[in-house]
Amino acid sequence: MAAASRDRTPAIEALGLAKRYGPLAAVDGIDLTVPGGQSVALLGANGAGKSTLLRLLATLFRPSGGRLRLFGNEAGRSDSGPLRRRIGFLSHQTFLYEHLTGRENLLFYARLYGLADPEGAAREAIAAAGLSHRQDDRVGSYSRGMQQRLAIARALLHRPELILLDEPFTGLDRESSSKLEERLRRERGSGRTSVMATHDPDQALRAADRVLVLRDGRLALDAPAHGLDAARLDALLRTSAATATGTP
Amino acid sequence: MTYLRAVLLVAGRDLRVELRSREQAVTLLFFALLVLVVFNFAFDFTVIDFVTLGPGVLWVAFIFSGVLAINRSFQIEREQDRIQGILMAPIDRSAFYLGKVAATVLFMAAVEAILVPVAVVMFNFRFSARIAFVILALILNTVGFAAVGTLFAAMTTSTRRAELLLPLLLFPAAVPVALAAVKTTTHLLAGHPFAAYSHWVGMSAAYDLIFLAAAVLLCDYVLED
Repeated sequence: MAAASRDRTPAIEALGLAKRYGPLAAVDGIDLTVPGGQSVALLGANGAGKSTLLRLLATLFRPSGGRLRLFGNEAGRSDSGPLRRRIGFLSHQTFLYEHLTGRENLLFYARLYGLADPEGAAREAIAAAGLSHRQDDRVGSYSRGMQQRLAIARALLHRPELILLDEPFTGLDRESSSKLEERLRRERGSGRTSVMATHDPDQALRAADRVLVLRDGRLALDAPAHGLDAARLDALLRTSAATATGTP
Repeated sequence: MTYLRAVLLVAGRDLRVELRSREQAVTLLFFALLVLVVFNFAFDFTVIDFVTLGPGVLWVAFIFSGVLAINRSFQIEREQDRIQGILMAPIDRSAFYLGKVAATVLFMAAVEAILVPVAVVMFNFRFSARIAFVILALILNTVGFAAVGTLFAAMTTSTRRAELLLPLLLFPAAVPVALAAVKTTTHLLAGHPFAAYSHWVGMSAAYDLIFLAAAVLLCDYVLED
């Protein structure tokens, strides 16, 4: 069980969180509290602010306004290294080096995170991803699905308490998607806090305890997953998309 | 993870990727050799003294191959958003910067190690300068160029036209180090005493220190969105 879910300190506390690019507000004053151990799905049309919000939570972006606390610590400061150690980030981009082998990629990240036994951690993570037989092959020779499995192994290598997923299913075929979903379900059972951006309402309802819908950088819906159905979410997303594109 | 280990880890990863792909080494070397060949045909070095023109020719080759090396170094990080994977790690971001500088210096040094002997043979130059001093001068100026180049590459890497912006920003800022490099090399090849070019060496050393220190201090802001 991850540490954040044991104590009462929320994993994420955002108050009026904003990110602006000139006159454009990508994230516009979001208030959000996510308790430790909760799985949150983040839905919204293209340009609604999902990726920006995830990158703010990952401390990759500095907020333009508002406050962000992660595990009770102020985020967005230059000394947020120890905080980043508690976060894992996975997107549809793998962050992997195609000229290095699967093992070398994980070993590089394990050393970057200062893990006590990088060799052991990399070996264990590759085994969990079901890629032990290909660990000495270059990542460039892996299929898209295998690369994404290795990317999950990379994101979870340092056993983060908070995992942020930015549309991790993009470009995966059905079989790879279901394997990834299965892996994420296991992680959900381990008590980690997760926030996953997705376009798919069905997937959101399967994978999360709570659903957020973003529209123009603001929260349009914040509700428990069990009270929602995919059709309603889909209708809400279509409205969001129509608002974003200006179509009736 | 100590600071130095993080620097070495980033530099080592760059070298390992390059050893596997060999994309950069081939491009850099052929480009630099092509510059020498073009200048060899353009000027009659039986009439023009190599000491007058040679240092300029060599530094044109070093600087342009350096730009290629720096561009490639950050292109690797842009693909698959790898830079975000690094920036998510609990290391000081300046360690990432210094690792990139170290890898670029090594790539440029490899090109220089091949190009200088080739130039000496190609231009039929009677090399009498102290080799150790020439190596020191090359390293001093290569570090300065790599420091400023990597800083600007980090600044422009998240922009859409990073490869276009880098030379536009870099060349004006690199004028002092290019000037000092050419002047120092000219004096060294001419066999002048150290006192004749010590001010150029001082300028290169100051340039290195200023840009390395500024980059380390600014790294957090430079590498952010």
